[in-house]
Amino acid sequence: MGGSEILRVEDLHTSFFLPIGELQAVRGVSFSLKRGRSLGIVGESGSGKTVLARSIMCLNLGSNVKTSGSAFFDGRDLLALSRREMRRLWGTEIAMIFQDPMTSLNPMVKIGRQVIEHLRQHKNVNRREAKQTALDLLNEVRIPEAESRIDRLPHELSGGMRQRVSIASALACEPSLLFADEPTTALDVTVQHQILNLLSREQRQRNMTMVMVTHDLGVIAGRTDDTLVMYAGKVVEQASTDEIFEKTQHPYTEALMRSIPRTSQASHTPLAAITGRPPVATHLPAGCAFSLRCPYVQPKCHEEDPPLVSIGTSGHKSACWYPVGSDANREAFERNLSDRLPQTLAVAESLGADQSPGIPADLPDGGIA
Amino acid sequence: MSKSSGGTWAPSMLRRGPRNAEQMFPGSSGKSWFGNWFGKMPWLTKLCFLWLILVILAAALADLIPGLADPNYQGFVFGDGKTNEGPTASHWLGTDNVSRDILARLIYGARVSLIFAFSLVAIGIIVGGTLGSIAGYFRGLLETFLMALVDTWLSFPALIGLVFITTMLGMRNLLVLVLVGAVFVWPSYTRIARATALSVSGQDFVTAARAIGTSRKRILVREIFPNVLPALLAYSLVGLPVLIILESTLSFLGLGVEIPTASWGGMINQARQDLLINIWPAVWPAVTLFMTVYSFNNLADWVRTQAATRSAAI
Repeated sequence: MGGSEILRVEDLHTSFFLPIGELQAVRGVSFSLKRGRSLGIVGESGSGKTVLARSIMCLNLGSNVKTSGSAFFDGRDLLALSRREMRRLWGTEIAMIFQDPMTSLNPMVKIGRQVIEHLRQHKNVNRREAKQTALDLLNEVRIPEAESRIDRLPHELSGGMRQRVSIASALACEPSLLFADEPTTALDVTVQHQILNLLSREQRQRNMTMVMVTHDLGVIAGRTDDTLVMYAGKVVEQASTDEIFEKTQHPYTEALMRSIPRTSQASHTPLAAITGRPPVATHLPAGCAFSLRCPYVQPKCHEEDPPLVSIGTSGHKSACWYPVGSDANREAFERNLSDRLPQTLAVAESLGADQSPGIPADLPDGGIA
Repeated sequence: MSKSSGGTWAPSMLRRGPRNAEQMFPGSSGKSWFGNWFGKMPWLTKLCFLWLILVILAAALADLIPGLADPNYQGFVFGDGKTNEGPTASHWLGTDNVSRDILARLIYGARVSLIFAFSLVAIGIIVGGTLGSIAGYFRGLLETFLMALVDTWLSFPALIGLVFITTMLGMRNLLVLVLVGAVFVWPSYTRIARATALSVSGQDFVTAARAIGTSRKRILVREIFPNVLPALLAYSLVGLPVLIILESTLSFLGLGVEIPTASWGGMINQARQDLLINIWPAVWPAVTLFMTVYSFNNLADWVRTQAATRSAAI
């Protein structure tokens, strides 16, 4: 089954035209995804990951949104499809799970009906069959006592239950590509774990292709095959998930990993937050977008935007002039340290005096979630 | 721990606890919904609620009430009644200045008031809700046009318009009055529906519905309108007493349903002529009107607080 390409995104741009100027949410993203694989898209808030997912699904509404580039799904460019053609794909071929189960379910409709809503639209099923399907789906996503819950309204269920319902409704028509847009952000940690495991299991069982959008590296660790790290609307690093954790190349990815708190740390260790703020997407800096916060920044970074280039042979790509672990990176770090650059000092402080930069992050494989 | 029906005890029973909401909060499931609902009301709201039930039942079943006089029967014409009579066994609330039974007229008058108010609310919800939902969800030129129309319409004083039209009309039965009222009722409902639809359209579940391939028409019917409805219902509960007063005002001005059809405003108008001789024919409809309007307002207020607690609980 695996091997054939199901989704290929080429040079995707999405901009919002606002009164304060053009907001470039996605700036030239390309990637491809093979059938049955899973991809994690990681980035801070405002890095464009949700907009990317919604752009591929053509869900961005409004006259002030402009999307260019192409997204081939099974050889068809989704961005060129008409609304009618798209409607045929939505739900049956491509589905999406939303971030907040509190708002992604219609508060006035019983959950049983919501789950089978698209079955009723796309396939002609009679009431009894539909109800049985709804029950099966609810059981499959492990909702206890589905028979009694099927006639409940969303507000009568807990957050985790509601997310299970929205997963069930996304799975109802057996899509081949599933977008999960921060499916666990609104949930607490133990429920997160259950929901993620549920998603992984469904993905494997149905041989579904899944794109998981998240801001939490722990969510994708050990769960997705590939990872895409986004910053300010661009892909800064792209590799298989194992590679990303073992051979981090981009300073931003490294900073993200460093900022994950670990149980091995002594209590009251200050969190290693990334200094500064993400750039405002209407006023992006010249050169590399991360240059203002990067501990390894050099004059060249302010002038030229580094291209996304392959490193090695395994498909690992990174967009940095001074990739982590290289000699150039080490020199840059020492130079910045002697120049007393604030973000470099902050990194040095969190690493401890005797350690050198560029140590691969010691994340456990099982992931934190 | 209570003995479960199975008889044998298993360790899992300890862990599981109550199995559903009904066991955890007896009476919380849908079946005893109404009982809970009434029990939670403050005593004044209970009284208001019961009063409204009484008024509605009396109006609906007026023809079936045994012993109720004909509201238009003028006893003194036939020599078996007196004008401006005090309460008697046959006329519990007395008679008016043309010797008609006041109680009967009150009850039949309630019919006019309530039919007028409820049908206008229904028209408002259906017409305003549909137009407003379409405007708020589809947006575009249609919305601009519709809302400009609504704004223009609302800036025109409804009472003056109603008085004008009803004066011009030759025939003023209840149906005509309702149709004329509808002309002035739909814009406010449209505006509320449109505002609610706007906020509902931005919610994730609408995007989720799109993402499963739901057509725009279906989204309007299944996602937008059901979520606009509560706002309209809340508004109409406040709007009902206003409409009852409006009908009475028209009747008082002699522009309501044609005489001799009983209506509360018309009764007050009739009693006005002999107010110095006998005040009671004016007092009874005035008190009834007051109690009904107050009850609607009180109930609306209570429903509003209930809805607020419920949405806070979500």
